[in-house]
Amino acid sequence: MEAFLKGSTASSQTKKASAPLASTSKKDNKDVQQSPKHIPWVEKYRPRTVEDVAHQDEVVAVLRKILTGSDLPNLLFYGPPGTGKTSTILAAARSLFGHDLYRSRVLELNASDERGINVIREKVKSFAQFTASNTRPDGKPCPPYKIVILDEADSMTSAAQAALRRTMEKETKTTRFCLICNYVSRIIEPITSRCAKFRFKPLAETVMSERLKHICKEEKVQIVESALETLMHVSDGDMRRAVMYLQSASRLCGQDEPVTENIIMDITGVMPDEMLDLVLKTCHSDSYEKLDLVVKQIIREGYAASQVLSQLHDRVVNMEDITDRQKSAICEKMGEVDKCLTDGADEYLQMIALFSVIMQQLCHGE
Amino acid sequence: MCVLRELYGAGVEKLRIEHNSFTTPSNKKLEIVTISSNYHIEVNPSDVGIHDRVVVQEMIKNVAQVNQLDTSSQKDFKVVVLTEVDRLSRDAQHALRRTMEKYMATCRLILVCNSTSKVIPAIRSRCLGIRVAAPSQEEIAQILHNVCKKEGLNLPSELAKRIAEKSQGNLRRAILMCEACRVQQYPFSADQQVSDPDWELFLRETATMIVQEQSPRRLLEVRGRLYELLTHCIPPDVVMRGLLQELLSNCDGVLKPEVVQSAAHFEHRLQCGQKAIYHLEAFVARFMAIYKRFLEEGIADLF
Repeated sequence: MEAFLKGSTASSQTKKASAPLASTSKKDNKDVQQSPKHIPWVEKYRPRTVEDVAHQDEVVAVLRKILTGSDLPNLLFYGPPGTGKTSTILAAARSLFGHDLYRSRVLELNASDERGINVIREKVKSFAQFTASNTRPDGKPCPPYKIVILDEADSMTSAAQAALRRTMEKETKTTRFCLICNYVSRIIEPITSRCAKFRFKPLAETVMSERLKHICKEEKVQIVESALETLMHVSDGDMRRAVMYLQSASRLCGQDEPVTENIIMDITGVMPDEMLDLVLKTCHSDSYEKLDLVVKQIIREGYAASQVLSQLHDRVVNMEDITDRQKSAICEKMGEVDKCLTDGADEYLQMIALFSVIMQQLCHGE
Repeated sequence: MCVLRELYGAGVEKLRIEHNSFTTPSNKKLEIVTISSNYHIEVNPSDVGIHDRVVVQEMIKNVAQVNQLDTSSQKDFKVVVLTEVDRLSRDAQHALRRTMEKYMATCRLILVCNSTSKVIPAIRSRCLGIRVAAPSQEEIAQILHNVCKKEGLNLPSELAKRIAEKSQGNLRRAILMCEACRVQQYPFSADQQVSDPDWELFLRETATMIVQEQSPRRLLEVRGRLYELLTHCIPPDVVMRGLLQELLSNCDGVLKPEVVQSAAHFEHRLQCGQKAIYHLEAFVARFMAIYKRFLEEGIADLF
């Protein structure tokens, strides 16, 4: 508990510290360059206002209404990583309360805080019990409620979620909840029915490229057009990942050289096509010894099995020289292997098992 | 380590070992050993097993909340090195997510793991992934030469090559093997025996035993040997992999797919389950069944 209290104060202090810096970064870029703080771009280009959030039109529309004065329902945001869930609610809360009130009106709990059933019972309840006035200290009006943000709610135990149910209803007068998760299926039914659900979709390529180009311009990074395409392809609609990759690629290249496709491929850990060709060729050869060697080579090179799996899947689905039945057999095995890998099974064994199925299908299919 | 040295200068090398203790929500006391300097701290949270979440929550937060004292002369962030992230439980990884973002200003994390498959995507998208490939055989041989030169030894290149082959891309192992060779016999001769670790020999014998005879009695003997391996702290997945490799080299090509499938199957079970010995045994039994059926069919075909 004590650690938690410390956590919340320190976090709001860092917020305070970063907020003025952020606002200056919007107005004037020179300030940022002079400031000694090296903030990673992911933080630097995090959307500051709800309007900045790209591509999530429904949510933005709803939040805009709320900002102009209508009531806020309980929210449930879900969607893949890097689509702006946390950014959106933080931005919304900031513009609702301004950063003076932010500390007293917003309770942010995430998986790094202790979030057992006790915390829900005591912390959240006691936070929710205080009423909030509808004016700011400086006289401006502000909404008369507080917000509890439960980030990464899918890692909460279902007991804790159950404890939330009645609390959510009882405290509607003073408190709104915002739950954020990746998988809506891990949130128990009674909670989802109490919230307005918003799905965050992976960012479309056009929106992403616009954003990335903007960052490139701000940071004075030169990037080849094809590299930008690869970057978007490997990041799969995950903005944060794309920005992360972009920053590391630009570090690698230095100021003057442009970022090229190869560099992107290199830092993202994608297996080169030659390697995949090699795998498939070995699968055609019907020899276990060769297969064994290839798998060992892949592991030694440090490619992740999950990466191999997804790339191989793309290949197999588009292969033309095998029948649909063979494809389905291979894909079934892929599904099994993926499950095993997430359960923590050994990569070597799973990969060789998968390849042996592919080999059998290719050489002795039908 | 080199990166840290570059960042902070020689101060990083003043290391101290600390014992930190924590109390879990269920009032269980935990202790964990950390290696730290004034600028960084190195932890292996998976040492405490399922309670790693507490470590991540408490310790990293504590480190992260404290600002660097003197920001003018050095970088204004600290570094936390977490090793074996792939052994971290799901809960602990989730706990890392927001901590990483919140304390970006004061603290950077370096995560070290063998494979990113076991790291949740939410963490992966927050990190810059750096793939560290294993050194090739030529590189290992080259390094061995350098080491020997510094130690004032004379290493024949054939021996270096053989050690590199045996080490399977593991540099630490290669250097250890080289040292073992020196203890065995010096000056080196080119055709000197490179000794395998004991347990590998033991495993090989076990595999031959399995192939020789398939009976419940033999299964019992094998079980004893497996137990011995496990009590010597050889991780069960390594045992499984070694066993598969030895068995594969001893059996017919037709059987291989089936054996591989069953190995993968039981290894998965092993990771989900609690006691490794059941699954290892089940694999051995399955192999015996497959092999015996194959032999019997072979004999039936003869007549």
